[in-house]
Amino acid sequence: MTTTTAPTAPAPGAAAPVPTRRPRRPFSWGRLIAWIAMIAILIITLFPFYWILRTALSSNTALGTDPGSLLPVGWNLGGFERVFGLQDVETAISQGGSGASINFWRYLLNSVIVATTITVVQTFSCALAAYAFSRLHWRGRDTVFLVFLGSLMIPQIFTLLPNFILIKNLGLVDTLAGIMLPTLFISSFGIFFLRQFFNNVPQEVEEAALLDGAGKIRVFFTLILPMASAALTTLALLTYMGAWNEYFWSLMVSYTDSSRVLTVALGVFRAQAPGTGPDWSGLMAATLVAAAPMLIIFALFAKRIVNSIGFSGIK
Amino acid sequence: MTSATTTTRRPSATSPTRGGRGRRKDDTALALLFIAPASIGLLVFLIWPLLTGIYYSFTEYTTLTPPSWVGLANYREMLTDPIFWNSLKVTIWYVVLNIGIQTVVALVIAVLMQRLTQSTVMRSLVLAPYLVSNVVAAITFLWLLDTQLGIVNRLIAGIGLDPVQFWTSETWVIPTIALVNVWRHMGYTALLLFAGLQAIPQGLYEAARTDGAGEVAMFRRITLPLLRPILALVLIMSIIGSFQVFDTVSVTTQGGPADSSRVLQMYIYQNAFAEYEFGYASALSVALLIILMVITFAQYRFSRAGQSDLN
Repeated sequence: MTTTTAPTAPAPGAAAPVPTRRPRRPFSWGRLIAWIAMIAILIITLFPFYWILRTALSSNTALGTDPGSLLPVGWNLGGFERVFGLQDVETAISQGGSGASINFWRYLLNSVIVATTITVVQTFSCALAAYAFSRLHWRGRDTVFLVFLGSLMIPQIFTLLPNFILIKNLGLVDTLAGIMLPTLFISSFGIFFLRQFFNNVPQEVEEAALLDGAGKIRVFFTLILPMASAALTTLALLTYMGAWNEYFWSLMVSYTDSSRVLTVALGVFRAQAPGTGPDWSGLMAATLVAAAPMLIIFALFAKRIVNSIGFSGIK
Repeated sequence: MTSATTTTRRPSATSPTRGGRGRRKDDTALALLFIAPASIGLLVFLIWPLLTGIYYSFTEYTTLTPPSWVGLANYREMLTDPIFWNSLKVTIWYVVLNIGIQTVVALVIAVLMQRLTQSTVMRSLVLAPYLVSNVVAAITFLWLLDTQLGIVNRLIAGIGLDPVQFWTSETWVIPTIALVNVWRHMGYTALLLFAGLQAIPQGLYEAARTDGAGEVAMFRRITLPLLRPILALVLIMSIIGSFQVFDTVSVTTQGGPADSSRVLQMYIYQNAFAEYEFGYASALSVALLIILMVITFAQYRFSRAGQSDLN
């Protein structure tokens, strides 16, 4: 209905006073206090990450006698060895582990399969739907879109129980398929996010291709999807992180190693505390391994992820 | 090639696109194909469960036998169930602490960032906790706040106080869980608010400064009123999220000590998967759903979230 205009063209008058780099301000106590507060917040934010690493590199016996040291104590890699099953049971128990076998590679693989499949299928499915809602002309389009939008109001938590019964009736309990299915095809947010982006692709580009004789399907695959690659990447990253960190639903559905993902495995690992007290070194090593892929993805795409947070996508 | 075609077709860009060229045909068949996967997901895994979930709440349903209709029995049981009322109380206490602290801290971070730096590195660092799962955050703080060996209690002992039983005392356990989730979400919330702050025209601050206004006055007279619509949206979203707290409790305390951290979601889960009372668990879920709907509606009405003072 409205013609889309690119918001990038700056008004001629407004161009000058946009301050990209402010002139250096004179010293003020207020600014100093503000910086101190900011640094304090950063320390609170980041210290737990350091503490995970410090503990993972320490031995449990040394942790017991010297809990306050800021550096690793009794430096060893026993925690990591237990996580990856490289220690025999006796060594594990003598180092404060539970000695129970944990199949970490299996959980890691399960997490990778679940998060990757959900990300690929869901992003593609959302892109298809978003294109239909943005660029195709059909009766009832706006009504159907409202229904999709309305589903954002259903708290995810409410659907977990009935979905579990559904998955159980389908015989998919304790399978990776059962974990993936409910979120495999749809994320209302994803559809909304991409539709917003498609709306901003100039009509002319698409019409030119259509005049050249390309069909809408071809236009979608060869023109729209490549043009939207930035938005698709951002959505895929957010989806991957969400799927990787998900816990509640996987906890409901998976019971054995065959379908156990990392988050659930961490919970189990934590519950297997030996009589001598929790294997903190091993737990922190496991935590680090579970969080590492997200931190690596974040390190690579921080700017994209940080910039995606805001209300541009939510009206 | 595209540039050539666009220049020749320039005039059409100004005319409304709808039907102007008689070329626009109906895409219904293609559209149905394109929305098919998402529609299956929507109908089977969102709308159908919404309906069956409400239906199960009126039934007696253990996993072994099929559901049998019992009318309002589950709801009647719920009204006289002290554990339900306790879990509701615990959940609300959690939400108040979690949202109260988180919103204030996030607002402080957002304003500090707006004043001090726009750097992406800073924003990334602040967001870092949000990238790890609730499970990772919970286990990490289980260790940091351990009564004997946790570093926080070493620091508390260092200044001569008694260790705090963060996870094992009935008074501390909910504040502790609330703070763990503040740690994980404060950066994310701050970035949402920061985005809102960016929309406030800088000129307003400069005008106020030339009029001699201090930082506090500018915050109260400019920042807060203009941020209100965003703040309201953030509040609605985070309260809804906060009510659904489960992961942290499940990994750390399982609802204990006694019932002091048995939040509503934990009670629902235990009814379903420890007691196999799916009917009753569904009724509890419906209660949660109603609470969330009422909160959303009330907040939206009172905060005028849809309106902005900027226009």
